[in-house]
Amino acid sequence: MLSVLANDLPALQVVVPLVSAPLCLILARWPRIVWLLCLAASWTSLAIAIELLDQVLSGGTISYAMGGWAAPWGIEYRIDAVNAYVILIVTGIASVVMPYANQSVAKEIPADRVPLFYALLMLCLTGLLGMTITGDAFNVFVFLEISSLSMYGLISMGRDRRALTSAFQYLVMGTIGGTFILVGIGFLYVVTGTLNMADLAMRLPEVTQLRTLHTGFAFLVVGIGLKLAMFPLHLWLPNAYAYAPSTATAFIAATATKVAVYALLRFVFTVIGPVIAYQDLPFGEIAKVLAVLGLVTGSFVAIFQENVKRMLAYSSVAQIGYILLGIGLATVMGLTASMLHLFNHALIKGALFMAVGCLFYRTRSVRLDDLRGIGRKMPWSFGAFVIAGLSLIGVPLTAGFVSKWYLVQASLEVGQWPLAVLVLGGSLLAIIYIWRVVEIAWFGSPSTRAAEATEAPLGLLIPTWILVLANLYFGTHTGLTVGVANLAARTLAEGLR
Amino acid sequence: MPTELPPFLPFLIGALLTAVTRGRLRSAVMLATPVVGGICLLGIDSGALHQVQLLGYTLTPVRVDELSMLFGYLFHLGAFIAILYAVHIKDTLQHVVAMIYAASALGAVFAGDLISFFLSWELLTVSSVFLVWARRTPQAIRAGFRYLILQIGSGVTLLAGILIHVHATGDISMGHIGLDTPGGWLIMLALGLKCGFPMLHMWLTDAYPESTPTGAVFLCMFTTKCAIYALTRSFAGADPLIYIGTAMTFFPIFFAVIENDLRRVLAYSMINQLGFMVCGIGLGTALALNGAVSHAFNDVLFKGLLFMAMGAVLTMTGRTRASDLGGLYKSMPQTATLCIIGAASISAIPLFCGFVSKSMIMQSALNEGHMVVWFFLLFASVGVLEHAGIKIPFFAFFAHDSGLRPPEPPTNMRLAMLIAAVLCVVIGTAPATTLYPLLPFAAEYHPYDATHVITQLQLLMFGGLAVFWMMRTGRYPTEERAINIDVDWLYRRILPSGISSAENVLEPAWSSLKRGAARPLNGLIALLFRYHGPQGTLARTWPIGSMVIWVTVLLAVFVVVYYL
Repeated sequence: MLSVLANDLPALQVVVPLVSAPLCLILARWPRIVWLLCLAASWTSLAIAIELLDQVLSGGTISYAMGGWAAPWGIEYRIDAVNAYVILIVTGIASVVMPYANQSVAKEIPADRVPLFYALLMLCLTGLLGMTITGDAFNVFVFLEISSLSMYGLISMGRDRRALTSAFQYLVMGTIGGTFILVGIGFLYVVTGTLNMADLAMRLPEVTQLRTLHTGFAFLVVGIGLKLAMFPLHLWLPNAYAYAPSTATAFIAATATKVAVYALLRFVFTVIGPVIAYQDLPFGEIAKVLAVLGLVTGSFVAIFQENVKRMLAYSSVAQIGYILLGIGLATVMGLTASMLHLFNHALIKGALFMAVGCLFYRTRSVRLDDLRGIGRKMPWSFGAFVIAGLSLIGVPLTAGFVSKWYLVQASLEVGQWPLAVLVLGGSLLAIIYIWRVVEIAWFGSPSTRAAEATEAPLGLLIPTWILVLANLYFGTHTGLTVGVANLAARTLAEGLR
Repeated sequence: MPTELPPFLPFLIGALLTAVTRGRLRSAVMLATPVVGGICLLGIDSGALHQVQLLGYTLTPVRVDELSMLFGYLFHLGAFIAILYAVHIKDTLQHVVAMIYAASALGAVFAGDLISFFLSWELLTVSSVFLVWARRTPQAIRAGFRYLILQIGSGVTLLAGILIHVHATGDISMGHIGLDTPGGWLIMLALGLKCGFPMLHMWLTDAYPESTPTGAVFLCMFTTKCAIYALTRSFAGADPLIYIGTAMTFFPIFFAVIENDLRRVLAYSMINQLGFMVCGIGLGTALALNGAVSHAFNDVLFKGLLFMAMGAVLTMTGRTRASDLGGLYKSMPQTATLCIIGAASISAIPLFCGFVSKSMIMQSALNEGHMVVWFFLLFASVGVLEHAGIKIPFFAFFAHDSGLRPPEPPTNMRLAMLIAAVLCVVIGTAPATTLYPLLPFAAEYHPYDATHVITQLQLLMFGGLAVFWMMRTGRYPTEERAINIDVDWLYRRILPSGISSAENVLEPAWSSLKRGAARPLNGLIALLFRYHGPQGTLARTWPIGSMVIWVTVLLAVFVVVYYL
């Protein structure tokens, strides 16, 4: 039985969460069973992801023909070090968020919608995994729409009434992004007549000088840029993160933008090819400029925010700047830094949003004023926030330090020391906005909400601390992350020079 | 049973359990920790047991050889005695930090590389300061802060030294470093601060007497001995240490003679004993090094015993000033007897443990031809007899009757003192079967020959005679409620007053500078706030239409740029 399934692991990776989504609705009368089902599905996904990564590391790229139809006619799932690594990030975060969801969702979502929430969460996971695992350009669009649509639903379930408008804004923007991606893929199809990525990569060099291709690439970059909140296309993100339910924010913030970054990498490096993107077209320069703008603006705006979740959302815009900067550098070192920061930022933001979720669980607010003095009332929740915050700043021995270290090295390697200074300057700004929260929440006299608060339940604290400890673990044990990130970067950069 | 358990682990687990248990269970856990740790240590393999990769360096948190084993045994023994001594108090903070403190000391002596050593070194600082603060008096809090500042200064110096050393040699292993590089000097300075080099010693005499009665026992056992260990490991045979050590043996004597607080007298006497060890390390021969580490071993026992005796007096009477005490032997005969055994050991009277180790150092000074050094050490030995051997027991338990009649201290305190006292005598009478087999360096030595014993007895008798003659004729400084000025006066009086007068001069210039800088700075922040503040252009919630405009703009930019 198991050995039969073993050959179909790439399909199961997507099918397991996909099947569990409708089951959530069928079993809607027993919310606890729904949760257990989702828990089992996400943990199974993680197990499959680990097994797949293991197979890729030992045996090289896996190609899986969906339904037995061989590529380029059928849909091919193609797993190499890059997407095995991203799948690990997504399923890993899902596996930690799911135990957290139980109590958090029960408190924040009306009881009759809880099964719906889980169904959407599972669909979102399906979409993200599908986008990552597939080797077919059109399939990327399909899964992107699955994840996006479910995300709009998840965000709109926030208790705050502004959740609805922000979900609607995201819906419009997300749809535009999806359409752009579709238009881009359409252009590629027009010039090559194929949708399989590997096939596209083979045929595109024959048509490098075509305007159609260049325009298609522009549509793709802008469309994916919308999904990954590249400056100035980030405007949907702060409200969406701020008003979504805690569980949804933690999951989306830690995974969605990462998968979008993966899609960008895949299109730029595998499909279009770095020669066209970086040498024929000035993609690298534009990416660097937008990265720097996002990094600086996001950090400064975060400093002045009054809402902690919104502050973290703007910090995400800044962190995406770091990731984009590594991609813009277009060296193996830069890509390694980006891949590392994908992983580490997922850990950091996951932990931060979950810690804020713990605070919200008791205080019903994420406004800084209401969190005054909360640190002393909820030391474990806030301790998690502080340690994850240190990791965000990039303090040595935390995960955040490792990726920033590599990014600084990558900038110096190509002689662009102003970028290195900017990266370090961004850390200084992060100190300011994290410290602002620490000062108010730890040293301020308790607000009325904080005075009544007690420590968050273990059901929330344990998953949060698992991520916090993972931050510390991967800050000191860099073997897995740096090793795989470097391998992934080298896989991507094969066509580079 | 060979084990690979890191020696510091049982104490860390012990600290955790101590934090969550109470009452008899906690006492049992605390006492069991050093026993379990000791049993594990007996069966530990030698060599580099654990290795971790960090940022391209191979760390060796546990490296076992004879030198670290000696200190490992010593710290387990010391920890057991100190825990037994402290087990009756009901202060979770003290118990937990004491366990962490012991764990970090073990971490330091088993660290196989400089980075692990540095981490233990910092933990040593941070955990020990709580033993001072745990007294919870205003003086103790302030002394604790001064202690913390200097100790962190030591940590920073150590880190700087390690960075320079590693950069120069590329070697992070904890082995011989020497004074050939500037890094070596900085590391030695950092270690020197922790073992009370002259002019760097004031934290010791400042903070230890302010700590809790039981905390002082822990403090006197670990911090300085870790420094002695590290000096032995990394700077054996460094010439400057001979002279620094010699200076350390005699300058505290003068302070100790006039000091009134008996625990401060012990702190000065501790620097004096450390001087002997540092001197032995500087001499660097196998015999001298054996002398240094065995003296460290014995010092833990007899100095611990004396601190315990004074701690018992402090616990029962609330006083430690010589002028407030006296005549306690009438109601505390057992404590008095045990204190005298400690005093006899520190004075190096034959048949007590101080004799069998100190004479090794003196002998090697002679062997190496350092006559002047030997003479100073001899002088210092008389000084020890005077201030630690006679002054401590005499003023506390005899002298003029203070009228105090406190009862004997609790049983566990007496038991701890008894164990230390018995060990002092056993090691003193049979060193060849107890202490010497543990010594890490190969050197043959027999303390009990006619020359050594007779020289020492002559020295002690005439020294003792001189002291009692001075007391009879009134030439001995009487115990007074006075504060003696040491080097710490420099930073406790001169530095603050210097700073405040400098402040008066510089204040107008500084405030005008601040005013000048504040205006553009405030302007900049206002500008930032205008665009980045919650209602600023870059942060407010945009209408969908404007968002879409940005999308179009960016698409246009991409298409145009790609077209060009």
